Amino acid sequence: MNTAIQCEQLTKRFGDRVAVNSLTLTVPRGSIYGFLGPNGSGKSTTIRMLCGLLTPTTGKGTVLGFDVMSQSEEIKQRIGYMSQKFSLYEDLTVEENLDFYAGVYRLGAGERKERKAELIEMAGLTGREKQLAGSLSGGWKQRLALSCALLHKPELLILDEPTAGVDPVSRRIFWDVIHELARQGITVLVTTHYMDEAQTCDWIGFIFFGNLLAEGTPQELIDRMGVGNLEDVFIDLVRQEEARQAAGEGVR
Amino acid sequence: MRHFVWERYWSVVKKEVIQIKRDRPSLAIALVMPLMLLFLFGYAVNTDVNDIQMAVWNQSPSAASRELVDQFVNTRVFEVAAHVSSYKEIEAMLDDGSVNVALIIGPDYTRKRDRNEPVDVQMLINGSDPNIARTATSQAQLIVQHQAITLQEMKLQKQGLGELEQPLGLDTRVLFNPNMESIVFNIPGLIGLIMQNVTMILTAFSLVREKERGTMEQLIVTPIRPLELMLGKITPYVGVGLFSFCLVLLVGTYWFGVPIKGSISLLVTLSVLFLVTTLLLGIFISTVAKTQLQAMQMAFAFILPSVLLSGFMFPRDSMPLVIQWLGGLVPLTYFLEILRGIFLKGVDIDALWKDVVGMSSFCLLILTVAILRFRKKIE
Repeated sequence: MNTAIQCEQLTKRFGDRVAVNSLTLTVPRGSIYGFLGPNGSGKSTTIRMLCGLLTPTTGKGTVLGFDVMSQSEEIKQRIGYMSQKFSLYEDLTVEENLDFYAGVYRLGAGERKERKAELIEMAGLTGREKQLAGSLSGGWKQRLALSCALLHKPELLILDEPTAGVDPVSRRIFWDVIHELARQGITVLVTTHYMDEAQTCDWIGFIFFGNLLAEGTPQELIDRMGVGNLEDVFIDLVRQEEARQAAGEGVR
Repeated sequence: MRHFVWERYWSVVKKEVIQIKRDRPSLAIALVMPLMLLFLFGYAVNTDVNDIQMAVWNQSPSAASRELVDQFVNTRVFEVAAHVSSYKEIEAMLDDGSVNVALIIGPDYTRKRDRNEPVDVQMLINGSDPNIARTATSQAQLIVQHQAITLQEMKLQKQGLGELEQPLGLDTRVLFNPNMESIVFNIPGLIGLIMQNVTMILTAFSLVREKERGTMEQLIVTPIRPLELMLGKITPYVGVGLFSFCLVLLVGTYWFGVPIKGSISLLVTLSVLFLVTTLLLGIFISTVAKTQLQAMQMAFAFILPSVLLSGFMFPRDSMPLVIQWLGGLVPLTYFLEILRGIFLKGVDIDALWKDVVGMSSFCLLILTVAILRFRKKIE
């Protein structure tokens, strides 16, 4: 099976508000899929449905072959998730946070030690093991969060704006790690507002007002829109959609 | 996948222990607050009625009338607060609450007593607190009756008839709390009430705090099961609660002098069951509340019914049946029976099994409801 994520007509409503409107999306295995869109466009809601944090109102979706409606616990064992907001324990140290999640994911003693050493090394957290997570700066926190999400060797990594408000050095380290993981065959779904990051993704999906407006490789999108770079693709798509919606309202 | 995994449970326990140790002020409150409350309420909650303030209007001063007043004072139930000389004064004092009863001895008391004629004295009682009024009435009746019998005896002796023989007597023996001191009854109840409310608040915050801080989101995307999370969260607090319980137990027995008649190991075992129940009740609040403030309000809303319905204040037997059932939803109701039974009567599990079964069922019920309430979702 070559798809990691497949959703059809996935919809989420909060009361009257449609957050995600019949989204159809395919993420191939082993690829980096960049999820773009303005704030409040439905990116986080989609991600949360895929992780099993939210139940879709209607539609179908499978993650790693498991149904998002009925098999969310099977999905949870196989994915790593990092939310927009830092969501580890600030009153625990770096090592205690890793130990806690290692236990929750049932890593054996040997594996735990090995994975912890590997990930502390990878995230460049060496020497900070005894530091409280709350006292780390933004970039370090994100790298710790990534380490916790990778402890159990997930097949799919879902990252919600992992580099928002992070310094360029941490961003570079972060993306080096993401590319390395993709080389190892791990699928990555990532949202971002940085177009230089999006440029390095294998696939781009563009979402606005809960609708998927465009999908393709970064170069395909640039060519299709006839512009110079991804940033212009982003801005043109937003303007077109806003104009279309305004016209639609005028008719009514 | 579907069953309880010890590793995950144990991870939560370890994490909670570290967090409790780092949060020193909260730990201090959990340990010190029960002690402070016991000291405070141990003195405040006193239902003994004595030293009822009494005004005396003696219109016939003499050795005989003073003797009668002394009889009232000697019982220590009444205390003379003022000597007055009119109904107006008595009314004013009853109105402003400086006395609760007034004893009025008429102008002909001494003369009639000298002539061995029957005579009445009057007592006015403030009936607004029925407890005080009842005690005053019955005590005054006893005192006057006793005095009347003594006078009758003297009269008969003068006539040469010898001692008056009472045709009927009552021999009472009070078991368990022979001096009928209310403190002996109240301290065990207070220990239960304080422990219930302090431990419930400890866990009422636990899940909400994770929701508020955003750490719940990360926890929900792991395969952890609600039961593992909840039991992991309460386990360290059972230790904290038990330590705190032992402290108040020591204060109750050594400071307030209320001895434990029954088995201490049985008391401690059953108190663990009680602590688990109240901690789960806190967890349940945590699954309902959306913010820590809401959790606090819900915990406080629970305190008043537990004081009034559990039998802490008023005996449950005299409550309507529906209210008695409602009292069954308060873990303290069962634990009060256990505490008073072991403390005062020194009874065994044979006499307490109904309460143990009741509390265990309530414990399982609240756990089930909490698990059903807790969704691994963030909506």
